[in-house]
Amino acid sequence: MPDLHPWELPRRYDVVVVGGGPAGMAAAVGACEGGAERVLMVDREHEAGGILQQCIHHGFGLHHFKEELTGPGYAQRYLEQVLEHDIDVLTDAYVLDVDASRSVSVLSGRYGRTSVDAGAVVLAMGARERTREAIRIPGTRPSGVMTAGFAQKLVNVAGYLPGKRVAILGSGDIGLIMARRLVLEGVEVVGVFELMPHANGLTRNVVQCLHDFDIPLHLSTTVVRIHGSERVEKVTVAPVDEALRPRMHEAWDVDCDTLLVSIGLIPDNELARTLGVRLDPVTTGPVVSSTMETSRDGIFACGNTVHIHDLVDWVSQESRLAGEGAGAYASGRRQAHDNVRLVPGTNVRSCVPHTITTEREHTVYLRVTQSLAPCTLRLGDVYERPLRYVVPGEMVTVKVRPRFLESFHGGALRVDVVPREEAGRE
Amino acid sequence: MRFDVAIVGAGVVGCAIARELTRYRLTVALCEREVEVGLGTSKANSGIIHGGHRAPDGTLKAATEWRGNQLWSDMARDLPFGFARIGDLTVAFDDDDVAYLQRLLEQGLRRGVTGLEMWDAERLRREEPNLSEDIVAALHAPSSGVVNPYEACFALAESAVRNGLELRTETTVTGIERGADGFAITTDRGTLHARFVVNAAGVFGDELARMVGAEEAGLRFRKGEEYLLDKRLVGFVTRVTFPCPSPTSKGILVTPTYDGTLMVGPTATWSEADDLTTTAAGAEEVFDGARRLAPGISERDCIAEFAGVRAVAADEDFAIGHTRVPGFLNVIGIQSPGLTAAPAIALDVIDLLAEAGLALEVRDDFVPTIDAPLRFAELDPDEQARAVRGDPRFGRIACRCELVTEGEVLDAIARGARTMDGVKFRTRAGMGRCQGGFCAWRCLRLLASSQDVDVSAITKRGGRSWIALPRRDDHAATEVEHA
Repeated sequence: MPDLHPWELPRRYDVVVVGGGPAGMAAAVGACEGGAERVLMVDREHEAGGILQQCIHHGFGLHHFKEELTGPGYAQRYLEQVLEHDIDVLTDAYVLDVDASRSVSVLSGRYGRTSVDAGAVVLAMGARERTREAIRIPGTRPSGVMTAGFAQKLVNVAGYLPGKRVAILGSGDIGLIMARRLVLEGVEVVGVFELMPHANGLTRNVVQCLHDFDIPLHLSTTVVRIHGSERVEKVTVAPVDEALRPRMHEAWDVDCDTLLVSIGLIPDNELARTLGVRLDPVTTGPVVSSTMETSRDGIFACGNTVHIHDLVDWVSQESRLAGEGAGAYASGRRQAHDNVRLVPGTNVRSCVPHTITTEREHTVYLRVTQSLAPCTLRLGDVYERPLRYVVPGEMVTVKVRPRFLESFHGGALRVDVVPREEAGRE
Repeated sequence: MRFDVAIVGAGVVGCAIARELTRYRLTVALCEREVEVGLGTSKANSGIIHGGHRAPDGTLKAATEWRGNQLWSDMARDLPFGFARIGDLTVAFDDDDVAYLQRLLEQGLRRGVTGLEMWDAERLRREEPNLSEDIVAALHAPSSGVVNPYEACFALAESAVRNGLELRTETTVTGIERGADGFAITTDRGTLHARFVVNAAGVFGDELARMVGAEEAGLRFRKGEEYLLDKRLVGFVTRVTFPCPSPTSKGILVTPTYDGTLMVGPTATWSEADDLTTTAAGAEEVFDGARRLAPGISERDCIAEFAGVRAVAADEDFAIGHTRVPGFLNVIGIQSPGLTAAPAIALDVIDLLAEAGLALEVRDDFVPTIDAPLRFAELDPDEQARAVRGDPRFGRIACRCELVTEGEVLDAIARGARTMDGVKFRTRAGMGRCQGGFCAWRCLRLLASSQDVDVSAITKRGGRSWIALPRRDDHAATEVEHA
């Protein structure tokens, strides 16, 4: 990729995008399409592309590009668009602060500590992995306990192996992908242990990464102790009861030198927090409107900063929208105010965006709490649609069209996902 | 090489003694089995500089606690480490507790502890609104403080080395023999000769004494588990908060660390010397205890946990002094308030060595200070801008949770950090909520390139704590290396 750094950093941009991963790249392109002329994208890595750069497996872009790409391949498609749109890209740089007047403080070796005024800001910082500490596994603290994403970086970017005999706690997508990746590298993967009775990652990853490689998946089982004073020597695992309490008398030891933890992602929203943006207690990301604007004027957010996605395709789609919103905002164009508030109801953990309008079509992203099949999605009592199945590990995307809401007049619209028979016959 | 004094154990006590000795015209060696100083008990404790009113009358603890407390100010003036007198509170839930506070107050006044004050519930509510409403009174000791104990060890050792100390890390003492003119100390890295030996070997104190036939302290080991909470809770409680103690422990405390984050713990259970495990039961005890003091504290905010082992002498007091082996001094059984007492213990040990015949000639070229490492996160925006202009490495973030720059990591390496823990405890890189997820690779790479070794040679904290293995073709070589 060519060096896209301007010689001198301008003092003002129409839109500044914080983060150059899939969300940031799509938002930057979206901002141009929304009318912004000067767009800056800031990324802390040496190269834009974010986590996609270490996801060298394929399976990206099936929805968005209608073909199967690797992570770097998918990133490249967007980087090319970033290039075409003449977007300034500042890498090896870190956004220290964004204030309510949209002054963005940037730290970089190249330009020093400087600030840039933005007409609109898009927060696209992505997510971080939950760590061993987040779930407090008892035992020692040896070397060799690491997140699946760190192991992925070691193997795919740096060219090292995390160990020779690996146990994986949690069945998040990164853990599943890494299970297969490590087997292909000649590492022994002794098993994946998942606390819940269902896998957390995509079904296709369970099949393609575990089943196809004969890697055992132990559901309703967790790691209860880590052993080893210098390097991991073994872990104790135990099945759990319905209340998720370990049944210690059934525990067993698993010899390994490495424990990967793949127990979920948390939106990285330090900046949103310091900005005082309203956060959703369930997603822990910002509350956003139908244009992905946060509760602060001119501050938009998208991607895993808002809620955790399982497919990058939806990240791109949502982020483009956020970029367009930011571009329009910076150009002084405001869109119609949202008049419908989405309220997660039965078996719905979260809905993004949090508000929509009855004037336009929207894509709404849902997470369910329980698996159901077959089932029915209901919007208040005005619309329902059959779904083949839902699982907590897979986001549900729903197109909401203005005509669905023709007979809706209230402000709050409840979203339920219920078993098919409860909804009556369609 | 023949040294005047060899100290075994580079915890806070060993480092403080070493630095005091370098004020004199002496040759001094400090042997440490770990890869860096301060990684044992000195690292894994609550980091509290106690007020001086707490240790029981008539003990060595009481004789060194308040003096030590006062000496920390001198040390903090000369050396860069996190230290703040934030004060402590001992809180009472009932009349018995109030009577205990009264006794503690009188004990403190007798020892000359300044500023002690009884607070009623209303005053406490005003000062610490997040403490339990069931608390009826509190004793406030403004002279108490908190310190980053590992930073203190690094700074003491760096200062001592600057003044001529011979620091030998990754050096395990395997035997000591007393000869006609001193001691021969056998280690896994050769033999040292010294006229005097100071046993500051922490949990290995008795083992070391046994090697030379000196008195042992009947050491047993009491483990303490500690839990660190997220930055979100900075300011939730602003003073170290103690319940009234039980017979074996000071109880579960809520401690704002020097960096402001809360730490809760410690437990106190008998254990093996090397038992650094945290347990589900320990976590439950700690969080229940912490919630009794401050009900808003939750397990959900835990970002890190650790355990440390206290070396406890049979009589529960410090075991400091001459032994039946002339020239061999014990400084063992240093449990709480050992961190507080360390600088006073160091001065006492100098006196003991003088009594034993060590000639003390003050140097005129002792340099008491070392340069403070730059802490980017603590600078104001203009200072940050100047720092980056001066050196672009301060413009590259290594750890985003704690805002540590590559420049700081490289400075830590230049000051002696050789492991991931060495970098972490010097710079805070990896201590935040992502626990190294982001910065670990950057720190690994910087450690490897500065020492001109492969990433696979870098460890978490020495020994077999390797982090990454070379891939594929290099496997055969690795088998041997890590066998």
